[in-house]
Amino acid sequence: MRVLVRPAQYAALALYILFLGFPLLWLISASVKSSGELNSLTVSLLPGEWHWDNYTEALSKQGLVRSAANSLVVALASTALSVVIAVPAAYVLARLKGKVRAAGVGWILVSQVFPVVLIILPLFLILRTLGLADNLAGLTLVHTTYMLPFALWMLQGYVAAIPVELEEAGAMDGASRLTVLRTIVFPLLAPGVVATAMFSFVSSWNEFFFALVLLQSPENYTLPITLTMFVGGEGKVALGPLAAGAVLAAIPSIVFFGILRKKLTSGLMAGAVKG
Amino acid sequence: MTATLTRPAPVTGKKKPVLARTRRREAIALVLPSLIPILVLSVAPLVVGIFLAFTDARLVRHPDYGFAGVDNFVRLAGNDLFWDSLRIGMIWTVGVTLLQLAAAMGLALLLNSGLKLQGLTRVLALIPWAMPPVVVAIMWQMIYSANGGPLNAFLGGVGLPDDINWLGDFSTALPAVIVVGVWVGMPQTTVTLLAGLQQIPAELHEAASVDGAGAWRRFTAVTWPSLRPIVTSITSLNFIWNFNSFSLVYVLTAGGPGGKTMVPVLFIYLEAFKNREIGYAAAMGLVLVVVVVLLLAVYLRSQFRDDRAAKGR
Repeated sequence: MRVLVRPAQYAALALYILFLGFPLLWLISASVKSSGELNSLTVSLLPGEWHWDNYTEALSKQGLVRSAANSLVVALASTALSVVIAVPAAYVLARLKGKVRAAGVGWILVSQVFPVVLIILPLFLILRTLGLADNLAGLTLVHTTYMLPFALWMLQGYVAAIPVELEEAGAMDGASRLTVLRTIVFPLLAPGVVATAMFSFVSSWNEFFFALVLLQSPENYTLPITLTMFVGGEGKVALGPLAAGAVLAAIPSIVFFGILRKKLTSGLMAGAVKG
Repeated sequence: MTATLTRPAPVTGKKKPVLARTRRREAIALVLPSLIPILVLSVAPLVVGIFLAFTDARLVRHPDYGFAGVDNFVRLAGNDLFWDSLRIGMIWTVGVTLLQLAAAMGLALLLNSGLKLQGLTRVLALIPWAMPPVVVAIMWQMIYSANGGPLNAFLGGVGLPDDINWLGDFSTALPAVIVVGVWVGMPQTTVTLLAGLQQIPAELHEAASVDGAGAWRRFTAVTWPSLRPIVTSITSLNFIWNFNSFSLVYVLTAGGPGGKTMVPVLFIYLEAFKNREIGYAAAMGLVLVVVVVLLLAVYLRSQFRDDRAAKGR
């Protein structure tokens, strides 16, 4: 019996790898297949011959490049905003005790159960009244608010990891609070800020629901919205360009998550586990 | 938002007078910038949303709506489609949450048992988590495709029926969508469980082995009890996320075929933005929130009771 455990474990692991990896492999494969091959009845994982036309066609498709630019603008702006807002608040949250901290932590937790269905309707009305519905600035504000709890959460963890004694030593030496923050806290916090920013960027880049509700004009669409327009609408779907567009849309997220991998799996989760 | 939240690590170190000075005013000034967007864009809409549920507001250019009392809720009580969507939403949520947990537990245990290919598996496990939900949905549409989809090709290859319209058939659509939900949510759960597994002292397992406990016995006696708090928190969060998820189902099936995958959030979205009945849709949203909070309260209560019983033993 014992001898069989390892092979069984490897078989199970192989199944997991297949389940997790195959869909992605298929998507990439579809993105380099010719339309003839995609529509043929023989199904093969590897393309008969590699075609890059799908990528050029996806990129030449009206709207894809512009919506990618929209996504980039919204993601960069909301990331910058949420980080700038979150850093000071996270510092307070991590360093202070008592009611402020309790309220902050409580709110972060509640925000995870925030009923998006319930807030999306008034949010839409409010933004429409402000003239910010169907507007990238409006979407940026919404993404910022929506990313803020998580940015705060990550950052306060990074602040808490900086020994408060370092700050006290600086204060003893006569440095003002601002100097202490600038020379001691910020440099140590920088990697955490970068990680938080990347995470925020990906959240905004991938976000679909708010964009779907708020944006109505095709020239304002973000990339996820434009991709769904590829699918429906004109009936017949051009599978190859769709797959190519999907691959392109996934690249930034996967790259950033790849960089963040260690931080996400160790730093972030440590807090959750210690809980 | 995808990651696990529980209580933060406690802040260590004693308060020192130097940091206590003008603490309150500084704290307020530093927190204020984050409070404003939160108040305007999440707390205010929540309040307005609850208010809307009691009006007959419609989504038109110049809304003119009046107080409707509990009319929306009375109307809702007789709306079989809404209750259907709630039932479908429960099947989707419970199905995805439990399968996610089971699949993630298996993978976490495998990854924790010192197999090779760990690096590859970890990278792969990260990808579903990182990908835009819309891309995930498009990808799985291709997998499930009734003409030339690899799933049917594989089934045909091993001699099974190979003409199933996975997302278009009444009986297979919901299970097919649930599988995608598991694919997306499993990595996050795996990573969290793995972190939990790595916190369990090896001595516990060794002691159990010395006492003659087999693999299953070690799991039930050592691993599971140690993981319980993490399982509770990840299950609660997964439950909420899955219940609130929208993008996947919207792109995969748009609620079809014949409403068989019409999860409540999608139903409410259509009511508000296609039928333009926002007062009515807000009432649905309110019912939904109450249902989630109640279910969660019942679950957490039972968990804490079990934990207390376990400690008292």
